[in-house]
Amino acid sequence: MAKRLSVLDHERCVGCQSCMFACTRRLGEGGLASSCIWVHSAGGIRRGFVVVVCRACADPPCARVCPTDALHLREGGGVRLRPELCIACGNCVAACPFGAMLWNDETDKPQVCIYCGYCAPYCPYDVIALEEL
Amino acid sequence: MLPDDPLRRVLYIDLTRRRSWTEERADLFEAGLGGTGVGIRLLEEECPPGADPLGPQNPIILSVGPLVGLFPLASKTVAMFKSPHTGNLGESHAGGRSAVALRLAGYGAIVIRGASTMPIYLVVDGDHVHFRDASALWGMSSSFTVGTVLRNRESGSGTRSILRIGRAGERQVTYATVIAETYRHFGRLGLGAVFGSKQLKALVIAGRHSLPVADRKLYRPVYEEIFQAATQSPLMKKYHELGTAMNILPLNEVRALPTRNLQAGSFEHAEAISGERLAAEYLGRRVACAHCPVACIHLAALRTPYPHDQYFYKTSMIGYDHEPIYATGSMLGIGDVPGMLRLMDEAEVQGLDVMSTGVVLAWATEAFQRGLITTKETDGLALAFGDAPTYIAAMQRIVSQPTEFYQALGRGVEHAAALYGGAEFALAFGRHEMPGYHTGPACHLGYLTGARHSHLDSAGYHLDQTTASKGETLTPEGIAAALLQEERWRQVLTSLVICLFARGVYTTETVLKALALAGFNWTADDLARLGAETLKRKNAFKTREGFDLAQVRIPRRILETPAPLSIPDEAFLRQAMASFTAGL
Repeated sequence: MAKRLSVLDHERCVGCQSCMFACTRRLGEGGLASSCIWVHSAGGIRRGFVVVVCRACADPPCARVCPTDALHLREGGGVRLRPELCIACGNCVAACPFGAMLWNDETDKPQVCIYCGYCAPYCPYDVIALEEL
Repeated sequence: MLPDDPLRRVLYIDLTRRRSWTEERADLFEAGLGGTGVGIRLLEEECPPGADPLGPQNPIILSVGPLVGLFPLASKTVAMFKSPHTGNLGESHAGGRSAVALRLAGYGAIVIRGASTMPIYLVVDGDHVHFRDASALWGMSSSFTVGTVLRNRESGSGTRSILRIGRAGERQVTYATVIAETYRHFGRLGLGAVFGSKQLKALVIAGRHSLPVADRKLYRPVYEEIFQAATQSPLMKKYHELGTAMNILPLNEVRALPTRNLQAGSFEHAEAISGERLAAEYLGRRVACAHCPVACIHLAALRTPYPHDQYFYKTSMIGYDHEPIYATGSMLGIGDVPGMLRLMDEAEVQGLDVMSTGVVLAWATEAFQRGLITTKETDGLALAFGDAPTYIAAMQRIVSQPTEFYQALGRGVEHAAALYGGAEFALAFGRHEMPGYHTGPACHLGYLTGARHSHLDSAGYHLDQTTASKGETLTPEGIAAALLQEERWRQVLTSLVICLFARGVYTTETVLKALALAGFNWTADDLARLGAETLKRKNAFKTREGFDLAQVRIPRRILETPAPLSIPDEAFLRQAMASFTAGL
C-alpha cells in the first residue's frame, strides 16, 4: 500500500527544521537545497508554524499540467518526478495549491517528497508521520 | 576545508560607498574555525584603535562556523564589534534563524563597514545584496511592526533571518539590542546602538545552499548520535520542559536570586514568577531556533484588557527566560506575572536589552528612594519596587530621553552612578550590568574577568554551586584557574558555533568527529590552542581599547548582601582577578 508523509498536528511544530535537514541528509548532503519538506511560520513565529509537504493527492494537479509527462502517477496516490524528462517550466509549482512542489536553486529543477519517511523520526514532537494512504 | 564549502566566503558591505563584494578568506577559518575565533580576527582587521563605537569606523561582524547547517544545535551567530556600552570588546550571540540563514546564503561571515547617510535596511539573498530605503520604517514605535512589514515585503520565508533594531537602537541607547525573528536577540553590549549609529534599521538574510560533507556515509550515523544525545539526554531535559525559568526557585531557595537591586538574595514572591507557575498558567507555545530540536523558547500568552473598553482584549505572546524574569521580576520587586510580562514585552517593543534595563531601573529606584534623584530627574515618575506600570513608563523614557537623567540611564548604570552617585549599589562589572545569579565569589569573578562580563563567559555560578554542594572552599587562585579553563573551552564552542545549552553534548570527542565531517581535521590540541589564543586576542583587544581589569570597580553591594557561598572581601576578589590576568 502506498504511504505518504502526513502532518498530524502542525500546532506541535516548533520550527526546529530537523525534518528539513533530515531530507537533505538522506542524500548525504548538508544544508537545505534538496529538501522536499518545508516549514515556515504562520505569519510570525508567535503564530506557530506550517509544514509544507506533498499530500500524495489521488488526482494530482501537478501531473495534469506537466507538458513532458515528467510527473508519473504513483499507484495509490501521489507522483514520482523524473528529472531527466523535466524541462523546469514551473507549471507544477504553480499548480500545487500547497506550495509542496519545491524548487532546487542549485539544479534549477523542481523537487517533491518521495514518501520515504526518513524525516519522521527526527521530529521530536510527533508532528509528522509516514502513514498508509 | 572542503573545496566547495562556502564557509570561506566573507561578504563585505560598505554602507558609506553603498557597495558589496565577496572575498575568499579560507585563511581566517582555517586558523579560527568560525564564530568567535574568526570574529575576533576580523575585528582586529577592521576596527582601528580608539575608534568611536558609534562612528563609521566601528565594524559590525557576524560570523558562523563549520558545524552550522550540518549538525543540530549548531544554531548561533556571533556578532563582534566595539561596544558603545563598555568602550571595549563587543561580542554578542544570537540564534533564531540567523546562523542557518547566513551559512546557507553561502557565507562564513558578513562584515559591515561605514555608515549610511539615510535610514536603510539590507537584504542579503544568496549572492545578491540589496540596499533598501528604510526611512518609512525609522521611528516606528514597535519593533514587532517592523518585523511584520519586512516579513511581508521580502521573500524567503522559512530560512530567512530578519534582524532589526527598535527605537532604542535608533536613539543609540548603549544597551539597545538587535532582535532576531522575534524573541531572540543579539542582546548585550549594544549592537543595536551600533546599527542605529549607521542608520541600519534591519538586515534580512536568506539562503538555501547545500553544504558538502567529507564522508557521506559517515555523516548520517554521526548526526544520529548527536541528535539522540540532544533529545534524549537528561542534560537537555530542563530546556525542553520549563526552560531556563526553572532556575528561579532553586536559586531563590539558596538565596542566590538577586532581589530589589540585590538588597536580598531571595524574593518573597519567587513562587509566583517561577518557571513552574509560568508553565502552568501562562505558557502558550514553545518554539525553536533553526536546527535545534530542543525548542527552549517559551512564549507566555497574556490577555490584556483595554482600559476604557469593557470586554475588549488583546492576547500577546511574550518570550520569557530566567534572565528576563530576574531582571523584570525579582530585581524590581515585581511579583505579579502580568506586570512582569508587560515589562518584558515593552523591552521587546523598544529593542532594549531586558537585563541591563532591569538593573538600570533597579539602581534608579534605589537612588530615588535615597533622594539622590527626585521627580525632577524622573520626569514626574515616582519609581518604586513592585510598581510595574511606572517602570514601563520609565522604560519608554530611557528611549525618548525627556531629561538628562534618562539620557544618562540610556548609557548604563555605571555612567548614571558616576553622575548621580550611588556607585555602591550600581550593579555593573566592567560597565556591564549584572546577570541573575548571586551564588558566591566565583560568579562575580566570572562577571569581572569574563571578556564579555557575562555569566556565559565562564559560568562562575556553576563553580560556586558545585563547591557549595561538596562543602569545600575556593582559593582566589583556584577560582581564577577554573574560570580561565572554562572560558578557554567556551571560545571553541562559540567558534563552531554551537548553542552553549548543548555544551554537555558537544564534548571534545564529539566536536572532533563533527569537525572532521565538516572538513576540518583537527586534534584536541588544536582545539585547546584555539581556545587559549582566541581568549588572549579578545583580552588584547580590550586592553588596546583601554580596559584594565585591575582598575575595574567592584560594587560594594555584592559584599553586603550574603551569598550562599560567602564572598570574603574585596581583597580576595582582587587577588583572583590578578591571578586571572597573570594566567592569560
